[in-house]
Amino acid sequence: MVNRNLKRLYTFLIFAFLYAPIIILIIYSFNDSKFRGDWSGFTLRWYAELFRDREVIRVLYYTFAIAITSSIISTVLGTVAAIGIHGMRGITKKSVLNLNYLPVLNPDIVTAVALMALFRMARLQFGFITLLLAHITFSVPYVVLSILPKLKQMNVHLAEAAMDLGATPMYALRKVVIPEIMPGIITGGLLAFTLSIDDFVISFFTTGHGISNLSIYIYSMARKGINPTINALSTLMFISLVALLLIINNRSEKSKKIIQERR
Amino acid sequence: MKNKILIMLAMVLLLSVVATGCGGNEETINVYNWGDYIDPEVLDLFEEEYGVRVVYDTYATNEDLYVKMKQGGSSYDVVIPSDYMIERMIREDLLMEINMDNISMFEKIDDRFLNLDYDPDNSYSVPYMWGTVGIIYNTTMVDRPLTSWGDLWDEEFEGEIIMLNSQRDTLAVALKKLGYSMNTRDIGELEEARDELISQKPIVYAYLGDEVKDVIVGGEAAIAVVWSGDAMAMMDENPDLEYVIPSEGTNLWFDAMVIPANAQNPEAAEQFIDFMTRPEIAAMNADYIGYSSPVPEAVEMLDEEIQNSPVAYPSEEMLENTEVFKDPQDIISEYDRIWTEITSAQ
Repeated sequence: MVNRNLKRLYTFLIFAFLYAPIIILIIYSFNDSKFRGDWSGFTLRWYAELFRDREVIRVLYYTFAIAITSSIISTVLGTVAAIGIHGMRGITKKSVLNLNYLPVLNPDIVTAVALMALFRMARLQFGFITLLLAHITFSVPYVVLSILPKLKQMNVHLAEAAMDLGATPMYALRKVVIPEIMPGIITGGLLAFTLSIDDFVISFFTTGHGISNLSIYIYSMARKGINPTINALSTLMFISLVALLLIINNRSEKSKKIIQERR
Repeated sequence: MKNKILIMLAMVLLLSVVATGCGGNEETINVYNWGDYIDPEVLDLFEEEYGVRVVYDTYATNEDLYVKMKQGGSSYDVVIPSDYMIERMIREDLLMEINMDNISMFEKIDDRFLNLDYDPDNSYSVPYMWGTVGIIYNTTMVDRPLTSWGDLWDEEFEGEIIMLNSQRDTLAVALKKLGYSMNTRDIGELEEARDELISQKPIVYAYLGDEVKDVIVGGEAAIAVVWSGDAMAMMDENPDLEYVIPSEGTNLWFDAMVIPANAQNPEAAEQFIDFMTRPEIAAMNADYIGYSSPVPEAVEMLDEEIQNSPVAYPSEEMLENTEVFKDPQDIISEYDRIWTEITSAQ
């Protein structure tokens, strides 16, 4: 009995630790004061200001434009790369896998400065394109790593069986291999998406004028203090994320049911 | 499946086209400013009036701005650095001279804020905001009026004092307390200031950055060194607070608009600077930001309460002993060393 209560307490503490900051942030997005730690009444004015502030809206637009584009491109690249790596053997496979690990282990700042130097050498105009290229670069290894286990789990003979039955290699890839590893592809894509939204260091060094993402924008407020509209924005982002998660869960529950009924 | 992939690809293409701003050959200027340091409406007004699109970006410190300008890769038309950084940029030929004949509003600026040390002939910069550094304290927690930097060394206030986590500003406090110039180039004086700050450490609550506002407004500590603009915002929130410019004198700081040497569109940049100096616009910005405007006509448009506030607009006598920061140039590494010794001292 004591044991069970202890377990509950432990779980509660862990979740409190994880979610307390977000809850505080949500509460303070309704605070009438510009300062934290000082509650001076309920207001919705930060939400109203958020939608009137063209800079916040623009920054949000770039954040999502970069996140969506870079996650789609890096998912495609990563899927192709993972299938290729899976087909390799021996020392080649080992070295390519390690080459894929390196950018994951490399500190962000090294990647950032290296990319900056590269773009400068290529005489690229810093801006949307450089930022996008940088985000694709750091996302691809993660996508590869989230797809490889799915490929390992897959029955090796599945694709061969499909081809024995007359499927062309391309058809087998599309109809057999891709659906089998779909969960891995989706995980990889979502990972790339969140990594892109999250990133500050690499974005800071590889962006040019007019293009900032949310983290650069928030960082630049350091001198005057974070404007509470950012609390409002974070609240909205958190809520939409929760909604998205609920919808996805709901759908996968449904599809599970359908499969069971069919059986 | 095929269709889905095609749709996705089309989306990607569309997004990148839209995002790279293929909005025709519209004239644009690139403005780089401190975060949250303009009334966003001002940008719309400028675009409407001049038909020039403003591509706007923000930075957090003078040093970030400096790195971006040195690194190249992107060019800005208007940036807003602080005094000592303008001095450094002029010395390193990073700025373009502004033709003040094109800034019709230039004469609206208070003479006190022109031809200062960082730009002696006032040929590179047009002031945007200014302010002082002083002491804010909570009158319910401190039982006597504070008047000098020396008060920050009074053991009576043990655990109540917050210093700024900012190299120049905090060294300036100690230098001024000792009666030296905050622009001293004498290493001995700087080391004396260092010892003074280390001796103060046992009674200091913390060295803080922006969080100082939350701590003071919330009453967690009683005394802090702050910028005047922040002091205004804090006093608005907590009426028990009082701001004082210490008798030994303090730092008078400026953020001014300049045009980088590699600007793509200097004409529109001059239009923008002119626009920002227009009294109605300067008043909008001063009202939004809460810092002090160098345009007297703009000040007259603000609330009476702010106009008459000795915090935002102190009298001439109060500003008598003030100094503007100069770039330390070659001894900057000495500053870094001394600051490290202060922050690492127990």
